[in-house]
Amino acid sequence: MSLQDDNIADHASDLDTASALQKGDDASAETFVRENIRWMVHTAERILKERSAAEDSVQAAFVKIFRSLDSFRGESSLRTWMRRIVVNQALMVLRKQERLRETSIEPLLPSFDGNGCRLDETWLVKDTPESLLASAQISQAVMTAIDKLPDAYRLVLLLRDIEEYSTSQVAHLLELSESNVKVRLHRARAALKKLLDPVLAGEISQ
Amino acid sequence: MTRSNSLRRRLHGRMFSLPGMITCNEFEDFILAYLDDELPRSKRRVFDWHIRLCKECREYLAAYIASLELTKKALATDEAASLPDVPDDLVTAVMEARKAS
Ligand SMILES: [Zn+2]
Repeated sequence: MSLQDDNIADHASDLDTASALQKGDDASAETFVRENIRWMVHTAERILKERSAAEDSVQAAFVKIFRSLDSFRGESSLRTWMRRIVVNQALMVLRKQERLRETSIEPLLPSFDGNGCRLDETWLVKDTPESLLASAQISQAVMTAIDKLPDAYRLVLLLRDIEEYSTSQVAHLLELSESNVKVRLHRARAALKKLLDPVLAGEISQ
Repeated sequence: MTRSNSLRRRLHGRMFSLPGMITCNEFEDFILAYLDDELPRSKRRVFDWHIRLCKECREYLAAYIASLELTKKALATDEAASLPDVPDDLVTAVMEARKAS
């Protein structure tokens, strides 16, 4: 679901949807909730790694969405707008749980000798992501690897690489400096690479 | 770590400390800006030069990019394929919260 997939023509009909919902009855509101609740729970759960907290965030997000439908201007798709609200709610929970404090990621980072030369073994990547993803085992390995990252790094990667927020938006959301976001993003990617090395090197076969 | 590896590293270490060159460690620090196309031209030149000379960094960067692509694709596929069932009691709770607010 790339945020860049949005196109302007869709947003006009999204504006109609939003204003219909504002005037609409309970039945149409419930249809709207049912149509969207699954991907919203999924999004929140990916951030929180916890179902019940994810459901709480989604409930709070819906309250906010219904309350602020009149502020939806169609600058993005309705779905993107809603997605940002869910992400925000989930981040508030994370912050309350104090899970965003920095913890060590050092063991997962590349190492260098005294001359600054790379120490870790490297190899040639042969498989494409497409061919690797044909295996359910490998998709599962990716999910497991992401969840192994410390939250402070995992979140930066999820927000910038997956949810496609800009560096400055991530900095704002996580209350970090932009340079800190960049450092964490690179470390998160490097750590993820190390965790996925066996997959990429073809040691976990399809 | 084999003997030939450590010899090559020693030679690399010398070479990469020459003017106009960067070490693997510095290369590592430039990766993010390189991929975001935010490296100034002079740094981009030394970065590209290092890729050509250093097999380790060349392979490392390829694996770094592949791992990122794999992750993005895996998460997009996961979102399309494994959405949770509609949680009915949550729908009810949302509708009640809507009325209350
Ligand atoms: Zn190198």
